[in-house]
Amino acid sequence: MDKILRVNMTDLTSKLETVPAAWAGLGGRGLTSTIVAAEVPPTCHALSPQNILCFAPGLLTGTQAANSGRLSAGAKSPLTGGIKESNAGGTAGQMLAKLGIKALIIEGAPKDGTWYNLNVGTAGVSINEEKELLGLGNFAVIEAVEARLGKKTGVLTIGTAGELKMTAANISVKDPDSKIRSHGRGGLGAVMGSKQIKFISIDGDGSPGVKIAHPEKFKVAARTFAKALLGHPVSGEGLPTFGTNVLVNILNEAGGLPTRNFTMGRFDGHDKISGETMNETIIARGGKVKHGCHAGCIIQCSQVYNDKDGKYLTSGFEYETIWGLGAHCCTDDLDDIARADNMMDDIGIDSIETAVMFGVAMEAGILPWGDSKEMLRMLGEEIGKGTPLGRIMGGGAGAVGRAYGVTRVPVVKNQAIPAYDPRAVKGIGITYATSTMGADHTAGYTIATNILNVGGYVDPLKKEGQVELSRNLQIATAAVDSTGMCIFIAFPALDHPECLPALIDMINARFDIDLTGDDVTNLGKQILKLERKFNIEAGLTNVHDRLPDFFKNEAVAPHNAVWDFTDAEIDEFWNF
Amino acid sequence: MQVTVKLFATFRNGRFKIAEQVLPEGTDCRRVVLDLGLTEDEIGIIMINGRHGVLDQKLAWGDVLSLFPLVGGG
Repeated sequence: MDKILRVNMTDLTSKLETVPAAWAGLGGRGLTSTIVAAEVPPTCHALSPQNILCFAPGLLTGTQAANSGRLSAGAKSPLTGGIKESNAGGTAGQMLAKLGIKALIIEGAPKDGTWYNLNVGTAGVSINEEKELLGLGNFAVIEAVEARLGKKTGVLTIGTAGELKMTAANISVKDPDSKIRSHGRGGLGAVMGSKQIKFISIDGDGSPGVKIAHPEKFKVAARTFAKALLGHPVSGEGLPTFGTNVLVNILNEAGGLPTRNFTMGRFDGHDKISGETMNETIIARGGKVKHGCHAGCIIQCSQVYNDKDGKYLTSGFEYETIWGLGAHCCTDDLDDIARADNMMDDIGIDSIETAVMFGVAMEAGILPWGDSKEMLRMLGEEIGKGTPLGRIMGGGAGAVGRAYGVTRVPVVKNQAIPAYDPRAVKGIGITYATSTMGADHTAGYTIATNILNVGGYVDPLKKEGQVELSRNLQIATAAVDSTGMCIFIAFPALDHPECLPALIDMINARFDIDLTGDDVTNLGKQILKLERKFNIEAGLTNVHDRLPDFFKNEAVAPHNAVWDFTDAEIDEFWNF
Repeated sequence: MQVTVKLFATFRNGRFKIAEQVLPEGTDCRRVVLDLGLTEDEIGIIMINGRHGVLDQKLAWGDVLSLFPLVGGG
């Protein structure tokens, strides 16, 4: 039977608990948000012992289902002050699921300055004092943990950003190549740092594995599901070939590529940082065009990007990072952006928050526009070393804006707005405004329907239909985030009639239950309402469901679009 | 009339990134697509001057036509 593994960092104890009946049908985001809502006082300081940090594999994580290897992490966010769920690939989710750990809950905090590591295995958890790896970057931590405990060990780690409790800090997850995937957005790395845990290692030896109630039914549904993923042009061909970075040129053409800190919708240097150029460069330098973030990923949107001498620079090189350090900061040197991406993985800092922060820092005059060398220096010497300036920068776009008196600060609920201008792509603006997570494109990815013609088409420049589109996608996403599935399964799910039923059939076959499509929709609605209730009690109300004023007051070229939703129109989102 | 045609992702293979084309007045997007050796089914996104368009749409002098296969990310 699956268990809840609870660790108390105040008195350094742990226990295995049976799963409460109310949590039995939950996984991933549904479970982490339920735990946070039940156990965290909404008004607590996110870095205090009253906050918890929890991890939960999705309902299908650890099974043979394609693309099901995601792990959710949850806590109250020190960046937004609201609830946070962040999911990532890597090996940890599948290992925890196979150990029968439905959730790992970490509460309290040490009373003295001692740091620890946790080792999770079949015998539960050991809490060990950690001295040797303090102050080291994530790549060194992964290497050292593998040397101590073996190559197959799973690792969840924080870099210097998390140790210094920067609110842009990630929890970094070892991937199958001992590189890094990230629980990004919202500063969960700072929460782990506040509990003085440098890393969590996972020993999968002797794992019982995931039991499937009806293996034959599961197999049939899994086959249909995989076929739908491979048969859709986006998940089957576009993403494996160009990665997510294919979006640079698309958003540039659509006039929705935020440029020079959201003052323009197109970037002159777009082709140099585009997915097409990246694809050619990867091939010419002997990198890998396709790469999965976890075993069983068949979409393979990741890649391995080498320098001109054929040496590894980075992997998991995403559109939002490239946009942020690229168009947003007026940088067109893709190699420097790749170097920065790798440094951010090592420091363990969110690549969206940090990239958006750099644009605000350029607006503030801290460094010149387009100066990628200075950006690299600041990552290593200021943020990575935790200088006073580095700590402000590690606090994200909002922190730099406040410290330097910048008025054009693209954040919602203090979390940086990513890669799609909400004036030119209005559906995503509704998602940024209303998401319980702060500005988060993945919470309800209207780009699919506004720009990519997936799941129909809603004109990105008009207000009509955007609230409903964002609402439907946010509900569906909350449910998908509970299954352990990669959100990119949404592309075939929106277009292919057999995809979603096959996903539900897999859940039913795994647990011997009888969920319908309506049940799944209701699950998504419940999760959003639960998260919203936590946020309201934490002090984040509809007044915070707003975009910064400059989006209303400054038109963005080429369409001269402004953000023109009334407050009442935005608030209609929660009418479900 | 003169229009600018931009191609993206796999559409560039064996073709071009950007080209100026001189076309008869009233030419629609479908004609341009077929003349490039592309099929209607391959077309994911059509943009004319940065706005989404459809195959039947007629082009005007100075238009920028951008063609994408069905791709995506996020």
